[in-house]
Amino acid sequence: MSTIIFFLPYLLIVVIFAVYGERKISAFIQDRLGPMEVGYYGILQSIADLLKLIQKEDIVPKAADKKLFLVAPILIFVIVFAGFSLLPVTSSWHGATAETGIFFLLAIVSLDVIGIIMAGWASNNKYALLGAVRSAAQIIAYEVPLTLSVLCVIVLTQTLDLQTISYQQGIWVNQVEPDSVNYLFGLMSIGIDITNVGGILSWNVVRMPFLFLVWVIFFIASLAECNRAPFDLPEAESELVAGFQTEYSGFRWSIIMLAEYGMMLLVSILGVILFYGSWNTPFPNIGSFKLAEWTGGLPGTTSGNILSAFWLISKTSLMIFLQMWVRWTFPRVRIDQLMSIGWKYLTPFALFFLLLCGVWRLLMI
Amino acid sequence: MISTYWQNIKSAFSTSLSGLKTTFKHFVEARHVHKPVGISSPDYFNQDKGIMTLSYPHESLPIPDNGRYKLHNEIDDCIVCDKCAKVCPVDCIDIEPIRAVSEIGKTSDGTSKRIHAAKFDIDMAKCCFCGLCTTVCPTECLTMTKSFDFSEYDVDDHTYSFATMTPLEILTKKKELEEFEASKKKTQEAAAPKTERKADSEPSAEKKKPAKPVFRPRPMIKKKKDGDA
Repeated sequence: MSTIIFFLPYLLIVVIFAVYGERKISAFIQDRLGPMEVGYYGILQSIADLLKLIQKEDIVPKAADKKLFLVAPILIFVIVFAGFSLLPVTSSWHGATAETGIFFLLAIVSLDVIGIIMAGWASNNKYALLGAVRSAAQIIAYEVPLTLSVLCVIVLTQTLDLQTISYQQGIWVNQVEPDSVNYLFGLMSIGIDITNVGGILSWNVVRMPFLFLVWVIFFIASLAECNRAPFDLPEAESELVAGFQTEYSGFRWSIIMLAEYGMMLLVSILGVILFYGSWNTPFPNIGSFKLAEWTGGLPGTTSGNILSAFWLISKTSLMIFLQMWVRWTFPRVRIDQLMSIGWKYLTPFALFFLLLCGVWRLLMI
Repeated sequence: MISTYWQNIKSAFSTSLSGLKTTFKHFVEARHVHKPVGISSPDYFNQDKGIMTLSYPHESLPIPDNGRYKLHNEIDDCIVCDKCAKVCPVDCIDIEPIRAVSEIGKTSDGTSKRIHAAKFDIDMAKCCFCGLCTTVCPTECLTMTKSFDFSEYDVDDHTYSFATMTPLEILTKKKELEEFEASKKKTQEAAAPKTERKADSEPSAEKKKPAKPVFRPRPMIKKKKDGDA
């Protein structure tokens, strides 16, 4: 449970750098320079923004439901941050050892929408309410494929514990499951034992190659979950001012922003853990070149902790970059398009892949 | 119905990928930055990649030497003829002349200067950059320069003074002129009785001249007023 010591400062640092990174990435994609004035190459811009936000007045509209209005942003952040309690940081530093790990995570993260509806309702503003209602509609449409895509992985790993899922995708699998054997592409009939080869070959996307498509579903659904473009309908700044956060200012607004980036980070880490080998190194052992051991480190040792944290954080950063890249590429979808993507395309395909994963699991044992 | 379903998936994938490719291409090309070269440079159209932003106060596009922006008056060459002030359609030039008692010098093109400029103010906030004042200037002392960035916090700071005379100088020159005119009058009065008729007609002719200048710009408002009335 001590991972809070890591995740709280990590989240704050990530938010500061992600806001800066997002501005720079969007600028570069649009052939602009982005922030340039505060600090070298504008590096202190988000810190300056943060200072500005903290100084601002905490405004509560006269007609707002004051109690709900004040609590909502904190509730949103607490719910998102509670999701972090289950994530492992390194190979020997894990989160809460809940048997129902990922189930709990999905359950508590879905509560996020309550905070959003609360904020939208309490604001007593038509735009805020519209944003909140959209958010509710969106979350129902996207929880289903998201959960189904996670279930695909669970079917293969046979566990809900995120740390066990992480161990299964590397060479140290026998430390938690002494008898398990990893085969290439997970197929027993091929008969190539890669338990001690590890690296990218033991990642879930390679153990079951169709998981890449499942990850695409997971990624699209997670974008909708974070209310990020192209699914940022609850905020939709060109239609709804700022959606459910229209009436918020200063510190409370920055808490909502923090929760939003926290959600981004959470689903990125979750995607890495479920599909891309968690904290495991991508380099396999090749003959006497024990790359997986050298770049992975034995769990429990200092190098093991540092290297596994490094791999998890760098893979997560890549995922966050991907989210930003997508955001600055695609225009926002319409609400009916969003519903049709969620119900007509993602959900049936997620169900199909769930079946496929079940069959694949039979071939693995 | 089913075929459109699969076609939708196919086109969703292909269009999404091509969109991502386009933005990533721009992201990678962002390591190039456009250099601030002007239209006259042969490189101007070759820079089709990378960041377009001109970080203006730090860098700017070169302005050609014949750029026509801020007005400048070379007061040493100015004969204070008042033509620029008369031709100006927005009346942004304000001149206060003091006639000198004798020639005070020559401009660089050899014209003799006979009038002091006690005040030569150009209000660039009013200026419409038509350039008429520079064309009428007989000594070419009033020019437009390539300096274009002269924003100020106070609109009054847009008035540029080109006169170099100190208040004391202005006072002495005015006094000199008064004394000179007074002494001239005296000498004229002393010599008057002989040619009374001629002396009478000459000043009146002189007085009539300023009343009918060769060129007088007519403001549009006056015409409108006539129409209204």
